[in-house]
Amino acid sequence: MAVERVDPELVEFDVRTDEMLINMGPQHPSTHGVLRLVLRTDGEVVSSVVPHIGYLHRCAEKIGENVSPRQWIPYTDRMDYLAGMNMNLGWAMTVEKLMGLEVSEKTRHVRVMVCELNRIASHLVAAGTYGLDLGSFTPFLYCFREREKILNLFEAVCGARLTYSYIVPGGLIADLPPGWLEACERCLSELEAVVPELHAVLTSNEIFIRRTAGVGVLSPEMAIDYGCSGPVLRGSGVKWDLRRDGQPSVAGMYEDYRFEVIAQAGGSYPRDQEYPPVPPAAVLGDCWHRFYVRMLEVVQSIGLVRQAMEKYRRSADAVSEPIKITQKLPRGEAYLETEAPKGQMGFLVIGDGTAIPWRVRARSSSFCNLSVLPEISRGCLLADIPAILGSLDIVLGEIDR
Amino acid sequence: MEIGLILDRLKQQFGERIVGADLEAADPWIEIAPTALAEVARLLRDDPALRFDYLHCITGVDYVQPDAKKAKNFPWEVHFELLYHLSSMAHGHRLVLRVALPRWQGGVEGQLPEVRTVSDVWRTADWHEREVYDLSGVRFAGHPDLRRILCPEDWEGHPLRKDYKMAEEYHGIRTR
Repeated sequence: MAVERVDPELVEFDVRTDEMLINMGPQHPSTHGVLRLVLRTDGEVVSSVVPHIGYLHRCAEKIGENVSPRQWIPYTDRMDYLAGMNMNLGWAMTVEKLMGLEVSEKTRHVRVMVCELNRIASHLVAAGTYGLDLGSFTPFLYCFREREKILNLFEAVCGARLTYSYIVPGGLIADLPPGWLEACERCLSELEAVVPELHAVLTSNEIFIRRTAGVGVLSPEMAIDYGCSGPVLRGSGVKWDLRRDGQPSVAGMYEDYRFEVIAQAGGSYPRDQEYPPVPPAAVLGDCWHRFYVRMLEVVQSIGLVRQAMEKYRRSADAVSEPIKITQKLPRGEAYLETEAPKGQMGFLVIGDGTAIPWRVRARSSSFCNLSVLPEISRGCLLADIPAILGSLDIVLGEIDR
Repeated sequence: MEIGLILDRLKQQFGERIVGADLEAADPWIEIAPTALAEVARLLRDDPALRFDYLHCITGVDYVQPDAKKAKNFPWEVHFELLYHLSSMAHGHRLVLRVALPRWQGGVEGQLPEVRTVSDVWRTADWHEREVYDLSGVRFAGHPDLRRILCPEDWEGHPLRKDYKMAEEYHGIRTR
């Protein structure tokens, strides 16, 4: 009996797949630090993601209960080590709130200046490494070249390139050095020229759009429910920025500055006429939008630094002196959140009448932003995980504290 | 909504389970009984006039002075406290919710105090409660996945308790 032979290339048969557990990290380069993700996958499709954190836990809060507020400033530097100035600012303002201190006008403008510069530096790292995650190496070099110039400015201000300890409770450790404003203006104008290049290689790049548009969509309701903040929240179309909506001392810091919260409202961004338009494939709340918010914030921060330089030149008073290391804290508690580049960074301090706080707490923005990852990456492809994670822009030093 | 009106609204609903309040503090707070936590949380989120949709942070604070010499001047009563920092994006008001707990359940050393979870009200609480459990040692009843989050799973003790003593050794590694 002749057997009918079927060409195996023509036969359709089920490819059986098994569920597989994949361990990504803690040394995986696209986890941006020591984060471990346990992925449950079926073929290429990810059915669940479980983040494991704590590899960088350094007991920052416990240390804070054993040193005075000024001595804790260097520990805040090491939380979000890409935005040390903003971490210093958050802690300094919390202690000032507890003690009822106010800083001089000049101090305020210097703080705005260095914090916005640090925001630019942090967003540049976010954009550069995001390019790396998605397989494009060039933008990384562009971003780090520009960031280097900002770090040079910080080195001139306080001697450090990464861990500044420049903003301290009560004021600043020093005024700006002579000639700094001119150097800063040069840096800003060079940076301005690079932004369109970055938009060309990333924002409006066809491959970049395909990798990010419509991926990892985070709805505004879910973003608020999970406590997301910063560009992750604004990328979902929520107009919320503590520089405008924060507690009186935080919003007061920016009260005479002109800026608009960068978020899509009514179908358009405040600045998207001058920059690449939103591609048709992008959905509000996806990776592309989170990235776009950061890029527009870079431009916004350049404007804010310029305004601050102008105000700094016009302010006649001196820079405020920091509090003493042994300064006694009043009994009471104060909680304050500031708008750091990655989101709302909160500090809590409880004083018991001595120089050492009774309790110190750091509320990390990246911690909350990361907690939404299992929710937005359910059912995506394996290759989308780095894209989603990169768009959240987390820093493990701040998550693990 | 004025913080005084919020307090009135809560008092009207929960009566004696609203234990105390300080509306003049830098961060105005309202203290509630541990048994009322889940209901108060739900009301705060769902009432259209309150709409506390954003939970910023949960903090555990341990009030005890283990040093006998300093304990004489200790300004607080010995207890444990949870702070919930809330705000409303819709209305722009803020509130701190306090819950006082015993340091140990039933006064038995080693028995962690327990309170109802709010992770079903605000998802932020999921990870924050895990952190408080891990570092401060509070059990959250009804939490979907109460594991340690920052310390290793087999870590002993809760480091942010004031009487915490670190073990001499961890997996054969000297700790001090």
